[in-house]
Amino acid sequence: MSLLSVRDLRVEFTTPDGVVKAVDGISFDVEQGETLAIVGESGSGKSVSNLAYMGLLPKGKTKITGSVILETDNGPVDLIGMEPDVIRKIRGKDIAMIFQDPMSALHPFYSIGDQLIEAHQAHNKVEKNVSQERAIELLTLVGVADAEERLRAYPHQFSGGMRQRVMIAMALMNNPSVLIADEPTTALDVTVQAQILKLISDLQKQFKMAVILITHDLGVVAGAADRVNVMYAGKLVESAGVDEIYAKPKMPYTVGLLGSVPRMDRPHEDRLTAIPGQPPSLMKLSAGCAFAPRCTRKSEVPGNKCETTAPELIQISSGHYSRCHLYEGKTK
Amino acid sequence: MSGLLAYVSRRLAVTFLILLAVSFAVYLIFAFLPFDPASLTCGKNCNDPGIIEANRIRLGYDKPFYEQYWVFLVGLFAGRNYGEGAAAIHCAAPSFGYSFQQHACVTDLIGEALPVTLALAIGALVLWLILGIGLGVLSARFRGRVLDTVSTIFVLIGTSLPTFLTGLMLIIFVVIKWHLLPFPAGGYLSPFEDFPGWLNTMILPWITLAFAYAALYTRFVRSQVIETSTEDYIRTARAKGLSEGVILGKHTLRAALAPIATMAGLDFAGLMGGAILTEAVFNLPGLGRLSLGAVLDYDLPIIVATTLLAAAIVVMMNLVLDLVYAFIDPRVRV
Repeated sequence: MSLLSVRDLRVEFTTPDGVVKAVDGISFDVEQGETLAIVGESGSGKSVSNLAYMGLLPKGKTKITGSVILETDNGPVDLIGMEPDVIRKIRGKDIAMIFQDPMSALHPFYSIGDQLIEAHQAHNKVEKNVSQERAIELLTLVGVADAEERLRAYPHQFSGGMRQRVMIAMALMNNPSVLIADEPTTALDVTVQAQILKLISDLQKQFKMAVILITHDLGVVAGAADRVNVMYAGKLVESAGVDEIYAKPKMPYTVGLLGSVPRMDRPHEDRLTAIPGQPPSLMKLSAGCAFAPRCTRKSEVPGNKCETTAPELIQISSGHYSRCHLYEGKTK
Repeated sequence: MSGLLAYVSRRLAVTFLILLAVSFAVYLIFAFLPFDPASLTCGKNCNDPGIIEANRIRLGYDKPFYEQYWVFLVGLFAGRNYGEGAAAIHCAAPSFGYSFQQHACVTDLIGEALPVTLALAIGALVLWLILGIGLGVLSARFRGRVLDTVSTIFVLIGTSLPTFLTGLMLIIFVVIKWHLLPFPAGGYLSPFEDFPGWLNTMILPWITLAFAYAALYTRFVRSQVIETSTEDYIRTARAKGLSEGVILGKHTLRAALAPIATMAGLDFAGLMGGAILTEAVFNLPGLGRLSLGAVLDYDLPIIVATTLLAAAIVVMMNLVLDLVYAFIDPRVRV
C-alpha cells in the first residue's frame, strides 16, 4: 500500500461559460521518502489536483470525484468527500503545504513565532511554551539564525528566501508524512532556489517525508525528483523515473518540453526548440488527443487517429507510462 | 519609546502650525466679506451710528485686520476683555471671542454644545460599528445566501434615505404612533443628572445617524472580508489546519478591519464638526446647530471657533489614527 494513492481524480469547475475539466481523471502513487515531481505548464491542472484533495479549492462551483487514499496513524482514509472538520485535522498534520510566493503566504500582521506556534497548537493539545520550543527547533533546522530572537520578528523583516524557510519550518511543525511544495522556488532568486531545494531534500531524508514537487522548471526536477509526472490539459501524459524521462522521453509533449530547456549534456550547436501553438482551452477539448493540434508527429499515426480518438495511458517499460498513439502495440 | 515621543511631539508641532493656518484663513475670509460686523451688533432696526461705533471700538473691529487676528491669538492663551470699567465683559482663556448675537463668551457656548455632539457622535459610532461590522462579516461569510440579500436591501435603504427623513419617520412611528418611547424632552439632558432621560433623548438620534453610516460600513466590511479571504496567507492558514472560526476571526478580520479603523476615525472626526441635520431634527443643541445659527447670523467669533475646533479634531484624529494603525499593522512601525 502506498503512502498516498490517487485514483481517477477529477476536478470540474462550473463557470458562466461552461464546465471546465481542470483535472480529468489522474491516478498516481507516492511512496514514503519519495519525491514526485508534477510538471506541466500553467493551466495543466498540476496545482489544482493537489489543492483539490487538500480541500483548499473554493467550494460551491467545484466538483471533485475519485479517491485519494492517505495512510495515516489511524489507518487509511479517503480525502475526497471528507467533512471539512475532519480533513482540517489532516491538513497541516499529515499533509503540509508550502506555496509559490513566500512574500504573500505569511500573514503580514502576525509575528513569525505566532504563526509557527499556531500551526503546532492547531493539532496538539500542549502548552504554548512546548509549541514555542518546537518553533525554535524548526527555525534553527531550516537555517534561521538566532531563532529564539527571530520568533518576535514579522514577515516583512525577512528576505524572500528566509520567508520560504519560515514557511518550510511551519509546514514541518507537525512532522507531516507528505509535503506538497507548490512551485516553492519560482518566486526566488536562482541562488536562493538551489538553497531551498537542498533544504527540502535534506529535511525530507531527516523526516522520511514524501515530497510532491509541483513545478514547471525542469531544471528543478532533474536535481530533486525521483519520479516525474507530466501533465497536459488536466491529464497525466507521461510518468517515469527521472533518469528514464530525461534519457528516453516518449510522448511528443514531454520531448518538446525537454527540448525547450538548455542542457549541459547536449552539443551546444543544438538550438532550443519551442512547442508550436498554445495550450488548449479546457472548455472545448476535442475527442482526440488534447496535444494533437500542436503535435509534430501526429502524421506518423495512421488514419487521423490523434484527432479522433483520445489515447490511453500505456506502459512503455517497467515504471514508464505514456499517453500516445505512437507507442500502441509497440510495448511488451 | 523615545522615538515614539519624538514622533508625537513633531506631529503635534505640525498640528499647531496647521491650526494656525486654518484660523488665519477663516479670519481672512470674514475680514473681506462685504458686511460690517459692528452694525450687526445692535439688532435689525438699529440705525444709531453712535451705538455702532461704540460697539466697533468695544469689540475691536476698528482695528486693522492683522491686529484683530493678533488680539484673537493672544486671547486664546490669555483671555480677553471687552470694553472697560464696570461694563467690561471678561472671557477667560482659552477665549475664542465674544458672540455679540448671543451675548456670551464663545468658549462657554462651545462648552455647552460640545458634550451634546460628543454624546451623539460616540453613541452613533458604537452603534454603526457593531451593526456595520457584524452585518458586513455575516454577509461576506454567507455570500449569495438569504442573509446577504437582506443585508443588501438594508444597505440600499440606508444609503438612500436622508437622515432628516429617517429621523422624522422614527419620531412619527416609534414615538407618536406606536408609543414605544416617551416623547423626548426638548433639548439635551446630562447623563450624569438624568440617565434614563438622557438615553431617551439620544436613542433615536443615534439610530438615525448610525443607520446611514452602518449601511456604508456593511458594504465596505463585506467587500474587505471577501477580498482578504482570497489572500495567500488565508490559504496558508487553511493549509495549516486552522478552524474556519480562527481563520475568519483572527486571520481575515485583523487584515480586513485595519482600513475600517481609519475610516471610522475620520467619519467620527467629521461628525464632531456637528451633525447638522440630525441635531436639527431632534432639537439637540450641539455644535452643528451652533455653527448653523452662527452662519445665518454672521456671528463671526462662533464660526471661527467651530471651524477651528473641527479642524483641530480632524488633525488630531489623524495623529491618533496613525498611532493606532502602527499598533494594528507591524509594517508601519519604525
